[in-house]
Amino acid sequence: MTYLITGVRPLGGPPADLLLVGDTIAEVGEPGTVSAPDATVMPANGLVALPGLVDLHTHLREPGREDSETVATGSRAAALGGFTAVHAMANTEPVADTAGVVEQVWHLGKRAGLVDVFPVGAVTVGLGGERLAELGAMADSAAAVRVFSDDGMCVSDAVLMRRALEYVKAFDGVIAQHSQEPRLTEGSQMNEGQLSGRLGLRGWPAVAEEAIIARDVLLAEHVGSRLHVCHVSTAGSVEIIRWAKSRGIDVTAEVTPHHLLLTEELATTYDPVYKVNPPLRTAADVEAVRAALADGTIDIVATDHAPHPMEDKQCEWAAAAFGMIGLEQALAVVLDTMVNTGRLDWNGVAQAMSVRPAVIGRRAGHGRPIGPGEPANLVLVDPSGRATVDARDSASKSRNNPYSGRDLPTPVVATFLRGRPTVADRVLVEPS
Amino acid sequence: MNRHLLSAGDLSHDDAVQVLDTARELAAVSNREVKKLPTLRGRTVVNLFFEDSTRTRISFEAAAKRLSADVINFSAKGSSISKGESLKDTALTLQAMGADAVVIRHGASGAPHRLATSGWIEAAVVNAGDGTHEHPTQALLDAYTMREHLADGEGDLEGRRVTIVGDVLHSRVARSNVLLLDTLGAHVTLVAPPTLLPVGVESWPCEVSYDLDSPLPGADAVMMLRVQRERMSAAYFPSEREYSRRYGLDGRRAAMLPEHAIVMHPGPMNRGMEITADVADGSRSVIVEQVTNGVSVRMAVLYLLLGGQIS
Repeated sequence: MTYLITGVRPLGGPPADLLLVGDTIAEVGEPGTVSAPDATVMPANGLVALPGLVDLHTHLREPGREDSETVATGSRAAALGGFTAVHAMANTEPVADTAGVVEQVWHLGKRAGLVDVFPVGAVTVGLGGERLAELGAMADSAAAVRVFSDDGMCVSDAVLMRRALEYVKAFDGVIAQHSQEPRLTEGSQMNEGQLSGRLGLRGWPAVAEEAIIARDVLLAEHVGSRLHVCHVSTAGSVEIIRWAKSRGIDVTAEVTPHHLLLTEELATTYDPVYKVNPPLRTAADVEAVRAALADGTIDIVATDHAPHPMEDKQCEWAAAAFGMIGLEQALAVVLDTMVNTGRLDWNGVAQAMSVRPAVIGRRAGHGRPIGPGEPANLVLVDPSGRATVDARDSASKSRNNPYSGRDLPTPVVATFLRGRPTVADRVLVEPS
Repeated sequence: MNRHLLSAGDLSHDDAVQVLDTARELAAVSNREVKKLPTLRGRTVVNLFFEDSTRTRISFEAAAKRLSADVINFSAKGSSISKGESLKDTALTLQAMGADAVVIRHGASGAPHRLATSGWIEAAVVNAGDGTHEHPTQALLDAYTMREHLADGEGDLEGRRVTIVGDVLHSRVARSNVLLLDTLGAHVTLVAPPTLLPVGVESWPCEVSYDLDSPLPGADAVMMLRVQRERMSAAYFPSEREYSRRYGLDGRRAAMLPEHAIVMHPGPMNRGMEITADVADGSRSVIVEQVTNGVSVRMAVLYLLLGGQIS
């Protein structure tokens, strides 16, 4: 198929017409200058074109917890959120710690056909933190895994973390660390501070995150390896990463949409929809991660989309599961917290949500410039529309949406995966 | 008064004094030969206990029965967190049975708040202790006891000095007491080793001391909190003996209190740990009285929440 997208502003720049032929951007020209008689014309005046979004941190739950999400339902949510690629975290049942499981997830992604699903491999067998999984086998598999993470669990053993960082250098892999010192967070429920003391919920100190990040950047420096820090949530973590980068340590970091927007105050409701790992922090932490994303200390936004069935959230706080969904509102939250506040321009959004995550994940077909000959992975963004989020209105199987009831932008108008619209006029287009 | 009693902080000064005054009137009933009022006849009070607490349960049970309410004891120990019946399903069941008030004791902080605000149930919810959060009726019975001894059983506790000693970090009794005593005008000093004080305690409306000896000469009441022996294994303090030496109330320390001061404990006590037997059974001790007052205060709470009027 051939599509002619007219009047769109690539990266928020001057309006242009984009001609998509097959899986490629064939031509970019001034409005009215591109002629393609056979093309399906898609008027996009006032819309902004970004490269298709890339999520480095998604929980698709399949295999094992198909009651909360499947690769297919998660792919739909991703496409509706403007994503063309997601990295599926390894904490499935069974754990994605073998070539067999990562290939299964990879094939499920292919079959769903809405986004590229890149499996993340577990660092240790069964996320047990005791011995390395067969990282090389996963790297060499059809899924060509490059990102390894025990996310949900921290690789807390310093020797094991060192070995993992070293080992993945053989195939240009990266260890994405879930930074959580386990002893400091036994039974922890929310950010430790005045509020946790008042609410009687066991505290989750910032130092539990910061101590692991500090150790890991020093390990990465020592062995000359690549480290990625998942879901940075505290001002102290930002300071450590800023210091590490200033020393030339090869570290990248992500922040989630919810840590850009929400604060620990929401725990006063005792509603577990706001229970997440790492926990929501203070307003000062939110300000610090926004500033860090703006100045590049934090490289990317990653959703940590974490679906859970209703019964795991409609209960007491302590009994509830950690996690919130985020694929469909990620771009909306970034618009409100970063673009509408003047902290990032459209190119900055493209860098944080597409270009850099693709580089960290070593996915050459994503996060590319919008130019002739480039892969036609695109999202068309309406910068001004807004609506109230309704948790029930979601392609995800789960409803643990922390933004429900909030007024947020409704940016995603269309998504293209290699020239094929997966979303058109805000509606999902299943592959034929 | 609010529709529920979830936190001692929900009570205004007038609310709190009203509960105490009502409790005092109702206490008279407990001294009569027929210990019963018809006030809540036909109303159903459910004691929903997810944790074992015989003393709190029978206190609420006696309170409801003295007001002629129908009482259902629902022991749901081990539910939900151990993946038994969920709090939600239990609540829906109680709603279907037509409960007018639910008295809930739960190991998870905020469980009563969930019950009251999730729309699962219409009944009035009384927090009978939730996790390490609050235990507002304990604070009310403590305030009642202090008021009887230190303020002639009237008004508030303006200017009285109360020292609360022990495991503040894990204590719902301490949290509720600090809030209520502040509302009633008392000055509270918390005493504990730094490990057993929550982060952010400096923002609470009270003073904090790591030393027990210094506040005792100025105290009108000293309240000893239960310290669970298993805290020792989590490195909160080195040994029982060291804890007792530094934070236990023994005869020497009790002698430092002013003549009129009272000694309190929410129970159950670890005799020899936070309090010695001679002090617990001594003349200053009002520990048994606290239990008696618990029934009157809980009668007042049920009475006021369920819209009763004193005739």
